Amino acid sequence: MSLEIINGGALTTVQDLGRFGYMDKGFQVSGAVDEDSMRLANLLVGNEQTEAVLEATVMGPTVRFDGPAVIALTGANMTPKLNGAAAPMDQAVAVQAGDVLTCGFAVSGCRGYVAFAGGLAIEPVLGSRSTNLKCALGGFKGRALKTGDRLDLRREISSLPHMEKRKADPLAGSFRTPADPDRTPVLRVVQGPQSEYFTEKGLQTLTQSVYAVTSDSNRMACKLSGEAVEFADGGDIISDGITTGSIQVSSGGMPMVMLADHQTTGGYAKIGTVISVDIPAIGQRKPGEKVRFSFVSVEEAQRLYAARKAYMEKLDKEING
Amino acid sequence: MWSAFRTFFGKKPEDGRRILPAGDCALTVEFGNAIDEALNRKVQRLNENLKRADIPGIVETVPTFRSLMVTYDPSRIGFEKLKKELSALPAEDGAGDGASRRVVEIPVCYGGAYGEDLKDVAAHAGMTEEEVIRLHSSVEYNIYMLGFLPGFPYLGGLDRRLFTPRLDNPRTKIPAGSVGIGGEQTGIYPLESPGGWRLIGRTPLKLYDPEREEPFLYQAGDYIRFVPITAEEYEARL
Repeated sequence: MSLEIINGGALTTVQDLGRFGYMDKGFQVSGAVDEDSMRLANLLVGNEQTEAVLEATVMGPTVRFDGPAVIALTGANMTPKLNGAAAPMDQAVAVQAGDVLTCGFAVSGCRGYVAFAGGLAIEPVLGSRSTNLKCALGGFKGRALKTGDRLDLRREISSLPHMEKRKADPLAGSFRTPADPDRTPVLRVVQGPQSEYFTEKGLQTLTQSVYAVTSDSNRMACKLSGEAVEFADGGDIISDGITTGSIQVSSGGMPMVMLADHQTTGGYAKIGTVISVDIPAIGQRKPGEKVRFSFVSVEEAQRLYAARKAYMEKLDKEING
Repeated sequence: MWSAFRTFFGKKPEDGRRILPAGDCALTVEFGNAIDEALNRKVQRLNENLKRADIPGIVETVPTFRSLMVTYDPSRIGFEKLKKELSALPAEDGAGDGASRRVVEIPVCYGGAYGEDLKDVAAHAGMTEEEVIRLHSSVEYNIYMLGFLPGFPYLGGLDRRLFTPRLDNPRTKIPAGSVGIGGEQTGIYPLESPGGWRLIGRTPLKLYDPEREEPFLYQAGDYIRFVPITAEEYEARL
């Protein structure tokens, strides 16, 4: 059973949780930007939550199936259609030989995910199936998918038990990112490691302003524009480690939130780190859309991390037994 | 809030290390605020001791000039617990630590088509190309950290006489394996990349190869020595 890519969309790559253990060598982690959508898609089709999926950005792909399969679509709504009829999201869908899945422009969200029961037949490189675009490594030939590519599945799975149970509300869960009255997500941030490079006023600016996602955002960073954050005495530091969610502040005072493909080290002061459970929310913002920030403690962030893990495990158990 | 933050997180253990949160899955152990070999050695020692301690929940570490970033799984170990563990780990040279330095030899074909800017570096230093090669290849450079690109080493130890300003107009494409000088630093481009450093030579070695059992030739804390080779040797080793 294989898939034929009829149209790769704007940027469709193979991603799993990421490539861990090589950051000290300068390797970015890569992996799905919206980990929650990846986990959800996988558990809907009975995979391990961290199985490799397709991640599509802004404009989704068109795919033909040459055999039966069970898939799930999560994340951004790219108005998916199966043989021309609307295909449901956030639930398992059985497809037949010859079926064509067509995705369009993301009408809500920024990144869509497709999981395949049994998983993609992609050889892991350095322990991961994620595509590292910068190094042209991992995933499908180290690059984004394009017309004519064929991807095999590891097993042919034409049906799954309890199809009626294989659906979920993607917004359920107490850990989800809160929103302000205008429905702008309020991303929670742990201060540090270089909050002391900013004035009290700068810290207030970050949490009291609204920032818009700029069009030069990508899988490396979500770059923002809005009111400049004030430095106490310049924002250059001796380069140190960066993690997903790190908020580097450019010399012009603009926050940049690091995403899955971020460099391992950097020389801009980091005012704080967007907490793990809020990375999906910023990863789903398109250019022009807005975000806000608020500060929380490490303890609160770790409590939310545990809540998400428990939620996903419970959902997995309910669906897959 | 701000002063409370500073009091709480700015507390300094005995050797000046500070343990700073980097979100809920990472923290940074900072030893100071300078690019300095002694400070960096503490980073490398702490990294080794942390690996040896085998604390459950540690995902990976990123040693940099003057700090160690540690990523961890908060469902296995919380910030306060890990902070306590890291505060207790030694970062000083133990007996015999200095003796075991690992030196990785990197063969380099200097000058000509392999290092177009060698003549400019020589002119800037007021010496011959041969003298530049001799000086550049006579040092064991310590690797402060890897970053920017996979396997890109930030090296300490370049002879002051070889300090050369970066190019006014960076090149858009530098071949993989290029050895260059940029300001007070020297290094190797492991992948094809844009860059503004003066190129003085090129190594035929593949600096990282995911197919190789040991995909990387060196790590932070190791030393690099450049060994001059001829164009024939370069081509033979490709």
